[in-house]
Amino acid sequence: MFQVPTLEELNLGITIPAMSVAVWACILLLIDLWVPKDRKSTTAWLAAGGLVFAFVANLFVYNTPGESFMGMFVADRFTGFMNVIILVTAFLGVLLSLDYLKRAGIERGEFYILLLFATSGMMFMASSNDLIAVFVSLELLSIPLYVLSAFRAPDLKSEESGLKYFVLGAFASAFFVYGAALVYGATGTTNLPEIFAALQTLNVAETGTALLMLVGSGLVLVGLGFKVAVVPFHMWTPDVYEGAPTPVTAFMSVGAKAGGFAALLRILIIGLPTFAVVDAATAASWQQIVWILAAATVILGNLVAISQSNIKRMLAYSSIAHAGYIMMAVAAAGTAGMADASANAALVYLLAYAFTNLGAFAVAIAIEKDDGTGTSLDDFNGLAKSRPMLALMMTIFMLSLTGIPLTSGFMGKLLVFQATLDAGLVPLAIIGVLTSVVSAFYYIRIILNMYFKDAEGSTTPGATKYVNWVVYAACAGTLILGIAPALAINLGGANLFAMIP
Amino acid sequence: MENTGLSLVTVVLFLPMVGFSILLFMRESMTEQIKWTAFGTSMVTFAVSLLLWVGFDANNPGLQMVQQWAFLPQVGSNYYVGIDGMSLLLVILTTFIMPIAILASFRAHVLHERGREKLYYMLLLLLEWAMLGVFVAQDLIVFFIFYEITLVPMYFLIGIWGSENRVYAALKFFLYTIAGSILMLLAILYVGSAAGTFSVPAIMSMIQSGELVFPFSGLFSPQSFLFLGFFIGFAVKVPIWPLHSWLPDAHVQAPTAGSVILAGVLLKLGTYGLIRFCVPLFPEAAVAWAPFVGVLGVIGIIYGAWVSYAQTDVKKLVAYSSISHLGFVVIGIFSLTTAGIQGALIQMVNHGISTGGLFLLVGMLYERRHTKAIDAYGGIWKALPLFGGISLVITLSSMGLPGLNGFVGEFTILMGTFNSEVLGFFFALFATLGIILAAIYMLYMFQKVYMGELDKEENKHLEPLHWQEIAVLAPIVVMAIVLGIQPGPFFATMGATVTDVVARVTPFITTVAQLP
Repeated sequence: MFQVPTLEELNLGITIPAMSVAVWACILLLIDLWVPKDRKSTTAWLAAGGLVFAFVANLFVYNTPGESFMGMFVADRFTGFMNVIILVTAFLGVLLSLDYLKRAGIERGEFYILLLFATSGMMFMASSNDLIAVFVSLELLSIPLYVLSAFRAPDLKSEESGLKYFVLGAFASAFFVYGAALVYGATGTTNLPEIFAALQTLNVAETGTALLMLVGSGLVLVGLGFKVAVVPFHMWTPDVYEGAPTPVTAFMSVGAKAGGFAALLRILIIGLPTFAVVDAATAASWQQIVWILAAATVILGNLVAISQSNIKRMLAYSSIAHAGYIMMAVAAAGTAGMADASANAALVYLLAYAFTNLGAFAVAIAIEKDDGTGTSLDDFNGLAKSRPMLALMMTIFMLSLTGIPLTSGFMGKLLVFQATLDAGLVPLAIIGVLTSVVSAFYYIRIILNMYFKDAEGSTTPGATKYVNWVVYAACAGTLILGIAPALAINLGGANLFAMIP
Repeated sequence: MENTGLSLVTVVLFLPMVGFSILLFMRESMTEQIKWTAFGTSMVTFAVSLLLWVGFDANNPGLQMVQQWAFLPQVGSNYYVGIDGMSLLLVILTTFIMPIAILASFRAHVLHERGREKLYYMLLLLLEWAMLGVFVAQDLIVFFIFYEITLVPMYFLIGIWGSENRVYAALKFFLYTIAGSILMLLAILYVGSAAGTFSVPAIMSMIQSGELVFPFSGLFSPQSFLFLGFFIGFAVKVPIWPLHSWLPDAHVQAPTAGSVILAGVLLKLGTYGLIRFCVPLFPEAAVAWAPFVGVLGVIGIIYGAWVSYAQTDVKKLVAYSSISHLGFVVIGIFSLTTAGIQGALIQMVNHGISTGGLFLLVGMLYERRHTKAIDAYGGIWKALPLFGGISLVITLSSMGLPGLNGFVGEFTILMGTFNSEVLGFFFALFATLGIILAAIYMLYMFQKVYMGELDKEENKHLEPLHWQEIAVLAPIVVMAIVLGIQPGPFFATMGATVTDVVARVTPFITTVAQLP
């Protein structure tokens, strides 16, 4: 029954981007043994080189959709776009870490290797076409992040961060596996296109099956919802983001979200687009649940962010809020015929968010003191006087997070709101715009601190060469996407998914 | 439609950005060069914008000198600019006010004190670019982009160079306006999705041909919600009572140039939007809601005037008078008659000139005495005769004295309102009351500040007007007189466009009235 697949059937070519990162991480683990202790930046540059290689490889396979590993792995434009987001994030993450680790006295080669493993996990997640593959890549993504969060040990906050993330993350994984098992029970398969096919022939209204599918897909949603931090599965976010070393926070606030949303979108769009408990529904059953999650997330994330006094915690809540906006696009994907447009909106939003958020975290690193303190909002007072360029860039990031035009954030929001309206979810769109107004309050407050408050002039011990590079790169990305958004939208386009039913 | 050549409109629009880019590469210490570069840029922009008027065909109600470039073809939005009669007037108003505002900043005390002059002039040019963009954009998304951008420079101008309570005022200004405009974004997206394009002329012709219908069945039907989405966004900007509370704070705290631009141009973004989008895109809803909006307008006229009278701070008095003046513009627009809308447009220009002028006067007084309290002044005419004379002309023009500009706009608006089928006699009556009140508070202010005995020691040795200050005030006085005695060319410029707008609404005035 089981046949050994030929090399051709494996179709390894399209897996090179993700595979190369994983393999390079393994090799680097060995190389790192010979890198002297005081020159660990060599490892960092080797890791960055691997990411560049994967980026180039990704461009080569961008327009060649196909599947690999007997249908468990799929590459299409969606994967390609996701990989761009993830690799850019990882690359900038490495740059952010270079000096930070030295300053914090935690420079070890394993850091970069773990980062590469997590990156490959995210990339595999964007390609997973099977619930088992999603699970494996979810673990590959999560476990290195648990370690990275606690990398600043014995700093208590960092330890707390790692432990909290681990315990809750393990829970979430369990939810996911159990959900996947129930879906398997209902449909007899874990492969997404086959789940879709099974749902076509299966009478879901038949006793038990519909319930199994509902509970199963619900649990899958919980597991992934935890990873992307949507309310009510967001509790871990502020503590973990605050305690983890700041470059790690920057990396996971974008990368882990990208991975989680990639899996979520693919499962919902490829596997369950027509899953409806009621017959002849125009929208999938999960749309309502995602709708509620999205609304709760944007409301809670934005409201709680107002009362934060620490930039890392504020950005944590803001990242929850942004997950909510992406979730709005996911909800829109539930309406028949909206899959491509909604996924496009989510992708552009993620790319926009990646640049802006990495930039904001880079500025946070710049003002952070060596012992990890100095990240309160008051530490921004007078930054415009002491570091005008840095303050200007931070202003652009904050405006982008608010969604002011000519920044990437506006374009992301524009597309998401449009998708939501086109999908007929008008109340959700209204909630979305109203909460953006709320968000303006806390983002603008940082600008206010930098420009309008006179202080001694805040210090920027962390504004080293590479951190500045990241700030400039992120700012360039934010503005380019804001002024010429057509570039990013062209990365997606029609026929995003290769295996669309 | 694809126009590959460079339209003059694009040139005018991007000239301020050329200056902005030059300033970007100048050193902070080159203060003099920075100032004059900014001023030069705004003067060149003004000169080139006059060429627009020369090349403009007033008999053509449609768009002229259009330009289209791909911007976001995937969602049906393009960089699409062009001018018609009302755009042109407001473009000229903007390019006219900007050099004045920049020149008025040269001697501003607060700039020497707080520094960062390069940033200041860059923000002014950025603001000019964004405001011009709002008036020439013919694509809803592009319009919205420019509309939102205007917030950012103004926020900084108030927040960095404002007076004591500037941080609060800046934050309030930002949050108020963004709250209004973001609802408009939803309405824009909805309209664009329904039409499949964001091009305003295309949407208009679809509406006219019946291809695109926003269902209307009363005050709370889909079309009305879209109307309100736009309306609230613009109402915050105008501001229409009761959404006005950001305005006194912003005006009072802003530096002089900020107040002048705010009163002169930024508020017109709102009233322009009402004429350009609210009325022609949603004619039935506009007719149905006109009486309610009219009531708000009248309340604004009387409330603004009343509160003005109660002020002890000159700048606040002028700020509240803005609310009153813009109330006139609002009822003019929603009279939905040709005369009313023409009057509203003229009044927009007039208000820019007169109130802008008043803010300049207040600014000059403040530079000399460092106080805005009315009680601190008295007999200024005796101390500064020339200044007093100029002040009298500007005050009278703001009051609406026949022969000066204010009268022309107010009279036309009242005529339009009186003849309007949706507003009518009582609205005109109450609005007239506003004119009387305007005379009261304006003359009260003038009497307290300029007339009377020169009894305060500090007022006796005021520095006479600098030539730059005279250069700032002279064009204002000239325009107030020209518009007062020779408004014909201005009416002619916008006539065809306004007639076209009114023609889109008129058919619905009777049909909506018949609704249950």
